[in-house]
Amino acid sequence: MKKKQRGTFNLGRLLQNNIVPIMFLGICIVCFPLSGRSPAYLLNELVTRLGRNTFLVLSLLIPVMAGMGMNFAMTLGAMAGQIGLILVADWQIWGIPGIILAMIVSIPISILLGVFCGSMLNKAKGREMITSYIIAFFMTGVYQLVVLFMMGPIIPIAHDSLKLSRGFGIRNTVSLLNMRQALDNLLAINVMGVKIPVLTFLIIGVLCLVIIWFRRTKLGQDMRAVAQDMEVARDAGINVDRTRVLAIVISTVVAGFGMIIYLQNMGNFSTYNAHSQIGMFSIAALLVGGASVEKASIGNAFLGVILFHMMFIMAPDAATTITGDSMIGEYFRTFVSYGVITVALIMYETRKRRNRSQTGYLLALAQKEEEARGK
Amino acid sequence: MENHNAPLLEMRNIKKDFFGNQVLTDINLTLQPGEVLGLVGENGAGKSTLMKILFGMDVIRETGGYEGEILLNGQPVKFNSPFDALVAGIGMVHQEFSLIPGFTAAENILLNREPTKKGIAAEAFGPRLNTLDYKEINRRAEAAIDKMGVKISADMTISDMPVGHKQFTEIARELSKEQLRLLILDEPTAVLTEKEAESLLQSIRSMAAQGISVIFITHRLHEILAVCDKVVVMRDGYVVKESPAKEIDVPQITKWMVGREVAAGSAAEVRDLSGARTILSVRKLWVDMPGETVRNVNLDVREGEILGIGGLAGQGKLGIPNGIMGLYEAGGTVEFDGKPIPLNSPRKCLDASLAFVSEDRRGVGLLLDESLEWNVAFSAMQIQNKFLYDFGLFKWRNESAIRSVTNKYISDLQIKCTGSKQKAKELSGGNQQKVCLAKAFALEPKFLFVSEPTRGIDVGAKALVLEALKRFNRENGVTVVVISSELEELRQTCDRIAIVSGGKIAGILPASEPSEAFGALMVSQVI
Amino acid sequence: MGKTLENQNRLLGYVRSFGTPRLIITGFVLLLFITAPIVGVDLTMQIGNVINRFSWNAVLVLALVPMIQSGCSLNFGIPLGILAGLLGGTLSIQLGFERFGVMGCFFAAILLATPFAVLAGGGYGWLLNKIKGGEMMIATYVGLSAIAFMCMMWLLLPYTSPTMVWGLSGEGLRTTISLDGFYGEALAGFLAIPIDPENGLYFPTGSILFFALLAFGIWAFFRSKTGTAMTAAGSNPQFARASGINVDRMRLLSVIMSTWLGAVGILVYQQGFGFMQLYMAPNNMTLPTVSAILIGGAAVKKASIPNVIIGTILYQSIVTMTPTVATAIIQTDISEVIRMIVSNGMILYALTRDMKGEGSR
Repeated sequence: MKKKQRGTFNLGRLLQNNIVPIMFLGICIVCFPLSGRSPAYLLNELVTRLGRNTFLVLSLLIPVMAGMGMNFAMTLGAMAGQIGLILVADWQIWGIPGIILAMIVSIPISILLGVFCGSMLNKAKGREMITSYIIAFFMTGVYQLVVLFMMGPIIPIAHDSLKLSRGFGIRNTVSLLNMRQALDNLLAINVMGVKIPVLTFLIIGVLCLVIIWFRRTKLGQDMRAVAQDMEVARDAGINVDRTRVLAIVISTVVAGFGMIIYLQNMGNFSTYNAHSQIGMFSIAALLVGGASVEKASIGNAFLGVILFHMMFIMAPDAATTITGDSMIGEYFRTFVSYGVITVALIMYETRKRRNRSQTGYLLALAQKEEEARGK
Repeated sequence: MENHNAPLLEMRNIKKDFFGNQVLTDINLTLQPGEVLGLVGENGAGKSTLMKILFGMDVIRETGGYEGEILLNGQPVKFNSPFDALVAGIGMVHQEFSLIPGFTAAENILLNREPTKKGIAAEAFGPRLNTLDYKEINRRAEAAIDKMGVKISADMTISDMPVGHKQFTEIARELSKEQLRLLILDEPTAVLTEKEAESLLQSIRSMAAQGISVIFITHRLHEILAVCDKVVVMRDGYVVKESPAKEIDVPQITKWMVGREVAAGSAAEVRDLSGARTILSVRKLWVDMPGETVRNVNLDVREGEILGIGGLAGQGKLGIPNGIMGLYEAGGTVEFDGKPIPLNSPRKCLDASLAFVSEDRRGVGLLLDESLEWNVAFSAMQIQNKFLYDFGLFKWRNESAIRSVTNKYISDLQIKCTGSKQKAKELSGGNQQKVCLAKAFALEPKFLFVSEPTRGIDVGAKALVLEALKRFNRENGVTVVVISSELEELRQTCDRIAIVSGGKIAGILPASEPSEAFGALMVSQVI
Repeated sequence: MGKTLENQNRLLGYVRSFGTPRLIITGFVLLLFITAPIVGVDLTMQIGNVINRFSWNAVLVLALVPMIQSGCSLNFGIPLGILAGLLGGTLSIQLGFERFGVMGCFFAAILLATPFAVLAGGGYGWLLNKIKGGEMMIATYVGLSAIAFMCMMWLLLPYTSPTMVWGLSGEGLRTTISLDGFYGEALAGFLAIPIDPENGLYFPTGSILFFALLAFGIWAFFRSKTGTAMTAAGSNPQFARASGINVDRMRLLSVIMSTWLGAVGILVYQQGFGFMQLYMAPNNMTLPTVSAILIGGAAVKKASIPNVIIGTILYQSIVTMTPTVATAIIQTDISEVIRMIVSNGMILYALTRDMKGEGSR
């Protein structure tokens, strides 16, 4: 009897804690027959997107661990990755070596941007997310300044095929045809019509292992301490600001790698827009996977990418079936992405407040008890 | 070279002032290895400041350092930060917990001193990438816990622990430092149940037996006598008595704590208003104010009197006005002028002509970013529609009325400012306090609560503020309740003084009673 | 001697409170005005443009004031008000209010937008009261979600007016709707004074008057009893509570005011611009509006009417003048990049400045 009660209690709690993934599962189940797609098609798309996006989503985990919330400024890493790819494309180094070189080029840029972003966030403690959101916009301006005006006159670009016709600045689209899916195709295997990019998955696996290892390091422990109470951490001698900057730097570097993996799969990218939505979609995916602003795991990242992209693939088709207008589906999935983030943020803030009022309630209760005992 | 015959700690002629305000004068203190020293005194006697100096806290350096000498094992030392003090073997457990709630006891005990295992990544990127050695963390944590001689689980998460265990975790953290030779405990038993406090005392004894010296600060005097070798009593920045614990008892300590020189000890013009009717009657009041919990308070205030409420910090005296005025959650009944006042609603209290000057000047009392005019006139404007042009549909500020009332109080209370348009945050503490009083006076209340009116202001302003309160009471016939930690101040201002101890009223005496009587009440029910 | 030193210190104090970024921006705008005639740009035309763009945007910027004053910080959720305005505008056209003339159509739009603005503002304000301290981030995403939701609605709602729906399918609203013959130039055309009629440049007297009217209304409100209470609630909520003010109600009221002003603001913008933009367009208004008021000298917790006026003029000067002046100098249009860096840099500066008494814990 007692055991059963506890069982249902846990189930209720399980449902409550995973309300977002469950909701998404519901949407996917409803959309699936409406979309009229075959399971094989879906699986193929899903595997592709899993390989393409997971690395990016994983880059968000470290700042969450350091208590800095969702790093909307992961876009900075994406920009660094794009600059790496532009330069490598200009040097005509293709294939796997090109990818590796682009990653190496992106590292110093990511570190620089990460240090800038981290220092800014240290000046805006308690408002990290809105600040990182604005930093992403601000840096997009700087990125355009560099790519549109400095590439050519200041940063040498040799090949005219990359440049705008006016002689400087990069064209609106950069073609990566010669490294397209180089990573995905190496060691790829085909299981019943589904192409599995083994190497990409291996790289993602290695990143997961690194994250697991990182959690067990001194730095990881310091980040968790800083996340929970900066004052206590500082009193214990932990350099709080430096720890937070490191969290952002790591996130930015990983996001840079993630962007390169993402773009080699796509095969080309729009120079001035490719990065702009990446942060939002990655954050939405992580939240869909059941993460919250203060807690996110590798499992959340994988589940999130699967559910979020399942919805992404099917929503336009399903909407066309219902309303006859595919645009509705496009807007629906934008709405859902924004909506998920909104709901997660609201849940985070209300929980913070509820915790506070609950301590008050408990205190009052204890006093009442004592008062009763006193009588 | 260390001198083995020298005492572990010696403080010589320590002096400290905060901006000309002398808070410590010629303090001398010695402590032998393995000795337990009890440090007692009223709030503001200088205990915390002395310990802050010893522990090298930043606030001391920022306010101009101190005079005198500290010797550790006969060697003079000067700590620039708490970390220096830690290295020298001094540990301190503060009143407020400094623990990471989501970590286990073991993780907290070894926070930022975690034993690690070497890895390749660390060779390349520095020691912060070494992995933690959880086994060793647990082993060391348990060793530290064992030193206290109590049983707490090292792998329990802090947020799941009862308060007492958190306190033990804090102490264990200090004990886990191998160099620890001196442990300062600042009111460690304040949050503990009786049973927990008893086991803490036992662990203090067991630490002392292992050669660790302890400085123990508490208001529970019987604990001092139970565990200390030596008792040092401080008052007004002086050491007034140093004695072996065996030779003294609680009443003696109380007397030393509150006893004053004859000149300051006389209460001025106490009136006996026992015939006056009861204007405010409080029954079974409880208030949930963190750190100032009030339990089951019954209190009657007579019309026209000045009632003082005194008591040690944390005993609940501040909770009484804050609860009645609706700023913190409260329960019970309050009747004013024969009519019940609903709790938890500041508006209803203000409507009933009660007013409150909060002890939290900067947080609750003032609009720091606004002009003095706003600060003085705002409450009266909002509650009583004063200083407004009424256009029927909406009401406009009457700037000239606001300016003239502000200027009136600026001259009445001698507020030093550049004019009524100056921002409140630009004034000194004393003048800010006067602005808070002006705000309450502008409401023209029938009843006024004033909480800690002289906290953090200089001597001259203190006298002015108290004088203004007295005048307000005498000239306007307003009943005033003054809440203050400084007993002498209450004795000079009030007619009767209620002492709060353990969240309850321990007793009410005429202000003319000797200090010792109040002192005894203060410590009577301390929790 | 001592007096001059004191004056100097005071000047330095002003400069410091003004903030370096604002000084740079002001200097930049002055530089634009100075170089414009030198590089052969028609200054009259430029100034005329700035005035016109000011008249389009000023009410939107004004809409931020109540929420800043009540302590709800920067209203990144202004799209909510804009959407209410769009609903009012489209309904006014759909219901054929143009038969009451340009003005009739315009004020009908405001009237029709009002219930939506009050409802949306009420819900939004209620939400912001639940999450005090985290307003800005949630406001941003509430705005974005609302925009995406309305994108679906623009397609689904049964609008039929042929000027608004797609010509081919006859359903779903167009992305851009011309307001010619509806409420285009409703205010701008009122008592317009010609500046350069050949290039279609007029001084928009009506728009400026309308803004002045609203600005006066806000100024008067903040001198009233309720306005005073609202300011105090923003300045120190604990003080306000201890003085018997219902802080949540003040915040709610300020959010409704902000949202309604946002709705009016977008309608004023549209009548000047001549077009109504739907779908994702409202999103492009948020950051420029917020940065304009910050450039004008507002802080996250304090804003005034002069902040609105100065900020809008400075911001719109940058937007209108950099393209022409920069193109004339370096033959390259670098204006979009400058606009992005300046406006977002300004918001970033405001966010990273120490906001006392607003700690996260």
